[in-house]
Amino acid sequence: MNKNVERLYNGIIKENPTFVLMLGMCPTLAVTSSAINGLGMGLSTTVVLVLSNLLIAAFRKVIPGGVRVPAFIVIVASLVTMVQFMMQAYLPSLSESLGVYIPLIVVNCIILGRAESYASKNPVVPSIFDGIGMGLGFTLGLTCIGLLREILGAGQIFGVQVLSLDWFTPITIFVMAPGAFLVLACLVAVMNIVRKKMEAKGKPLAAPSGCLTGDCSACGQSALCTGRSVTANADANKTE
Amino acid sequence: MKELILIAIGSAIVNNVVLSQFLGICPFLGVSKNTKTAAGMGGAVIFVIGIASLVTSLIYKFILANQALMEKGIDLTYLQTIVFILVIAALVQFVEMFLKKNMPPLYESLGVYLPLITTNCAVLGVALTNVTKEYGILESVVNGLATAIGFFIAIVIMAGLREKIEYNDIPKPFQGTAIVLITACLMSIAFMGFSGMI
Repeated sequence: MNKNVERLYNGIIKENPTFVLMLGMCPTLAVTSSAINGLGMGLSTTVVLVLSNLLIAAFRKVIPGGVRVPAFIVIVASLVTMVQFMMQAYLPSLSESLGVYIPLIVVNCIILGRAESYASKNPVVPSIFDGIGMGLGFTLGLTCIGLLREILGAGQIFGVQVLSLDWFTPITIFVMAPGAFLVLACLVAVMNIVRKKMEAKGKPLAAPSGCLTGDCSACGQSALCTGRSVTANADANKTE
Repeated sequence: MKELILIAIGSAIVNNVVLSQFLGICPFLGVSKNTKTAAGMGGAVIFVIGIASLVTSLIYKFILANQALMEKGIDLTYLQTIVFILVIAALVQFVEMFLKKNMPPLYESLGVYLPLITTNCAVLGVALTNVTKEYGILESVVNGLATAIGFFIAIVIMAGLREKIEYNDIPKPFQGTAIVLITACLMSIAFMGFSGMI
């Protein structure tokens, strides 16, 4: 398979950041109260991810190893600031509803994780496709969770009433904070079953590398919270 | 004074940082296996967020939103995200070095957790919220400390519950993270009960 197509497939399906790798859980929980918020958050993260992968891959030979993490953070933070202002200018209502979670894209572990494990070791074009793939995978995850929560919690899809309120009583808890935890818990449980099934078939999924695996105490070496996912992915990429 | 108390209760309990704002989920799920480490983590977060909200609000007031510069038409506030994340990252490293040298007992109890907090979204989240809500320096520090105390409460309660969950017979797919998230969901419902307080 063409390497660029392979990166897209890898990001959207094989190592989907939401469903398989379970990365970036803070925004996943926080902004998925409706499908449009999930979509908006996913796409803004994608823009930042693609541009940061591009810049980091382009500068990978210039940035000294010792200060690489601060350099990545500066690049990502600048991009996030740009995206934030663009959204305030052109999509004020979305920017309002996403609020503080837009600037918090800086600390999203997907972005620094991809920078560290892929973009800093690969040429520009595959890095861009890696960014697009991962970004779209994240968007897909957020939109699906948003759709589910919106339809259960309000009977709407993208703000359009599809389940008539005459017979459907919205389960409001799903669009509130506890609903986020509940949906994510069910998602984790379903993925546990899928993981078992795939293992039985001999096609194991990539291990979750985010914080949800639950032993942060093992990481804590670098300046990133993504320390562990970085080392896990770095090994995987070496074999490619 | 009344305002400060309202801010404190609001950010510690009503809008709990973990259970209703979803910041700092990683340590909340990762370091909540037993109450002792959870309390250590909570303590470290209180310490770091307290210092970080003081430093970032000072930087915001006297450098980024400096009155003299503003009058000359130079508005640096757009740099807030970049400046805050770098300051926080540097600050945590610095605090770690300082504690190691000058307060070994405190370093012993908090040291392991400090690197985990560097890019914890709660720290940056508090700094940015302080700016959005236009809090002054004192209000920022109170808001920061209260948010961190909210985190402490949530993570210690969660660790206590998790110690009990260990002995229960949980359906296979829900073992591990899933049951922790369900517990978080129930805690979040309980904390929603405080929303009438303010």
